[in-house]
Amino acid sequence: MTALIDLKNVNKYYDDYHALRDVNLEIAQGEFFSLLGPSGCGKTTLLRTIAGFEAPSNGSLHIAGADMNGVPANARPTNMVFQSYAIFPHLSVAENVGFGLRKSQLSKSDKIKSVEEALDMVGLNGFGGRAAHALSGGQRQRVALARALILKPKVLLLDEPLSALDKKLREQMQSELRRLQRQVGITFILVTHDQEEALIMSDRVAVMFDGAIAQLADPQTLYKRPRTRKVGDFIGVMNFLPAHVTDPNKITLDVAGLGTVTIAPEQAPSGTSSGAAEIGIRPEMMSILFEGEPDRGEIAEATIQDRAYYGDMTYYDVHLKNVPEPVTISMKNIIGRPVLEVGETTRVSWDARSLVLFAS
Amino acid sequence: MLVQLVGMGAPLAILNTESKKGLALVGAPLGYVVLMLAVPLAAILLISFWTQDFQTFDTTPTLNNYREAVTDPLYRELLIRSIRIAGLVTLVTVLLAFPVAYFISFHVAPERKSLWLFLITIPFWTSYLIRVFLWKVILGFNGVINSGLQTVGIIDEPLTFILYNANAVVITLAHAFAPFAILPIFVALEKIDRSLLEASQDLGENRVSTFFRVTLPLAMPGVVAAVLIVFIPTIGDYVTPRLVGGPDGLMIANMIQVQFLRLNNAPMGATLAVIAMLSVSLIALLFVALNRRFLRGSR
Amino acid sequence: MKSLRSYAILYLIFLYAPIALLPIFAFNDATIIAFPLSGFTTQWFTELPQIPALIESVKNSLYIAVITAIISTLLGICAARAAAKYSFRFKRPIMGFIMVPLVLPEIIVAVSLLVILLQLGLSLGAWTVIMGHVLICTPFCIAILNSAFQNLDSAMEEAAIDLGETPWSTFRLVTLPLVSPAIISALLISFTISLDEFIIAFFLTGTEPTLPVYLWSQLRFPARIPVVMALGTILVAGSILLLILAEMMRRRGLRRAGLQDKGGFL
Repeated sequence: MTALIDLKNVNKYYDDYHALRDVNLEIAQGEFFSLLGPSGCGKTTLLRTIAGFEAPSNGSLHIAGADMNGVPANARPTNMVFQSYAIFPHLSVAENVGFGLRKSQLSKSDKIKSVEEALDMVGLNGFGGRAAHALSGGQRQRVALARALILKPKVLLLDEPLSALDKKLREQMQSELRRLQRQVGITFILVTHDQEEALIMSDRVAVMFDGAIAQLADPQTLYKRPRTRKVGDFIGVMNFLPAHVTDPNKITLDVAGLGTVTIAPEQAPSGTSSGAAEIGIRPEMMSILFEGEPDRGEIAEATIQDRAYYGDMTYYDVHLKNVPEPVTISMKNIIGRPVLEVGETTRVSWDARSLVLFAS
Repeated sequence: MLVQLVGMGAPLAILNTESKKGLALVGAPLGYVVLMLAVPLAAILLISFWTQDFQTFDTTPTLNNYREAVTDPLYRELLIRSIRIAGLVTLVTVLLAFPVAYFISFHVAPERKSLWLFLITIPFWTSYLIRVFLWKVILGFNGVINSGLQTVGIIDEPLTFILYNANAVVITLAHAFAPFAILPIFVALEKIDRSLLEASQDLGENRVSTFFRVTLPLAMPGVVAAVLIVFIPTIGDYVTPRLVGGPDGLMIANMIQVQFLRLNNAPMGATLAVIAMLSVSLIALLFVALNRRFLRGSR
Repeated sequence: MKSLRSYAILYLIFLYAPIALLPIFAFNDATIIAFPLSGFTTQWFTELPQIPALIESVKNSLYIAVITAIISTLLGICAARAAAKYSFRFKRPIMGFIMVPLVLPEIIVAVSLLVILLQLGLSLGAWTVIMGHVLICTPFCIAILNSAFQNLDSAMEEAAIDLGETPWSTFRLVTLPLVSPAIISALLISFTISLDEFIIAFFLTGTEPTLPVYLWSQLRFPARIPVVMALGTILVAGSILLLILAEMMRRRGLRRAGLQDKGGFL
């Protein structure tokens, strides 16, 4: 099936600044897709290019098979929820939501019905008569959603829609948006710098750095098998240890602090060669072996350097043998588990299957 | 914003679409000002090098006008007096305005601030001519002050030193330009982060020393702006010296008008105008330079 | 602080004192402006409509002021929108240059315009005055319109386009309603400035004087002074009314956009 959105070799320059570098991307119908990256990585530029507010310097963009070259934003089958929501303050909520219907052929009563349905869908029943400038942040966001969805676009574009909300509201809206997307069934493209958000909500995520896509994958793959150190570091927390590849065919390595290990091909980049490299391992993939617990997996010696108690978890910074930088290990605070003190020596268990190899 | 394909490949030159649109839009007002201001000012500069014989111009360039303007004591006196009066007006106006601006910024509830500002600016928007004329009426020999004071019995003879001299000009101008001074100072005071003042007191300063060590230095950009906003138009004022200045209170603008409209000596008028503008610019630049350390790091 | 407040109030009284004299002596039955007051009379006011030269000058002033207001506001809209929305080369020097007439002594403006106009052989009249007035009114319009255009979230115009509108209908349905209070304010302010402006009119008017120029010609006649006071009273009252209107418009604009009042348009 042809992709709904197809970007090929898209580049964007602002004077000398290379904002988008050779972006190739296919997004399917009905996907909840996220563009994730730090500020300035180009994700918003890419979103606006799809929306029609920026034109690529070269390359092509097709939406539903149609070439978008020269097609202005007001003629594209996309609609956008802006970061500031851009609610028209001089209109009521109903007038805002129905704004895009002005040119449609619907009768007046049909328009009113559409607006009511749209407000219902976002949970703002009865808000139609309110003045737009008197709404809270969360309410404004819903109005922006309703206003965009009422036009039944093929793609809904969301530019950091949750960044202005407080934590509780944000979590609420995250599940709201997922529910909405499944209910409406169209493609959602979300831009965010919050990797937790991207992982929670999306079917697939494109991680961008410096205008280029570093990795495009589903959240699990992104988390477990980051392609580069930068991606691994950006998504969640990752420990990095220097390693030396001794056998590039079997992929055997000497890892500082952990010892010799052989890993599977999918844990390494293609074309691994001998020599210096790095491995990454997630904090929850290592365990502190407490007194009385049976050995499992590989074992390494360690000393506790620091400890942070978070209620449900305790995070330990431990020094592995011959490794100057401490690694972080997260342990669930189960009943009966002691909390170790700084300076104590302990043993750490780890699994070779959880390592990811990065070229140096 | 309409989207247009901007072309393939290479980085664009400085005149990209956005720049072009912006320049096109600002072109109308810019063109107008260039036509109506830059060109006439250039013409004035040009004319100052000519001589006029009744209605005809002799366009051979000459420095005679400038020589005369600089050497003839009449013109020199006039220029110095204009600068002195304008300076005095500025000093009085800014000094009197600062406490008011401070009051509105620090001691008036936020909802009321714009009301105060509005009340202060209203007189400024009424007819300038009428206001100057009113001062003439107030300060006159048989005017309001004199007749009032005499009726009440404070004086027996009318005061003569308050009208038809430089004093009257200073009083009238200080009154007219008061709002000009208050607004920039107010804006600068509003920008001051109030927690800075609290920090100062936390570190041991009292309210007075906080004012001199923190508030005043931070308000200086506003004070400098106020000084310039009052000084520059004041020095070129025509109406006030003419109505209340008498022979000793005339300023450079009056002489410029005389040269143009009465003596048919446009080149001389132009010369005086150029010299006046140059002196004003110099003084303004000097003042700003002296206060540079207050203006650095503002915003 | 109490003393600061009393100082501020005294200051206000000092500002308004001269203007307060206007109605006092406009109704005073005497030809000399001095205390003590004589009886009450409205004769100075009833005399006003009977002076043909005065009526003519009022008509001229109104004509000039209306046209000046319209042109200055239009130029102001162009400049303010360009400044708020686009970034272009030389933006700051260009904007600074357009605002220069604000700080130039008016006599310089008047004299240089006169020179050019005479050189070009143009006859002086209402339009030459309009040209000069637009020059000094446009910076004021820009100052008022600048904050209105800057407060406009550019995402709103993009949102309108995203929802299917053309740039022109976006301007009509979204931009204009949000900016119209500032536009009305700008019109009123430039109208007021033009109406009261003296020196440029003095230099550039032909045989049809404006009201201030007419006033000036009357000031040398002591007998006309009470009539001038009556005229002045009307002028000042009118200006104040227009200003209150302009201020109400400005506040309404802020309310409509849901913004905070930062204290005046300057």
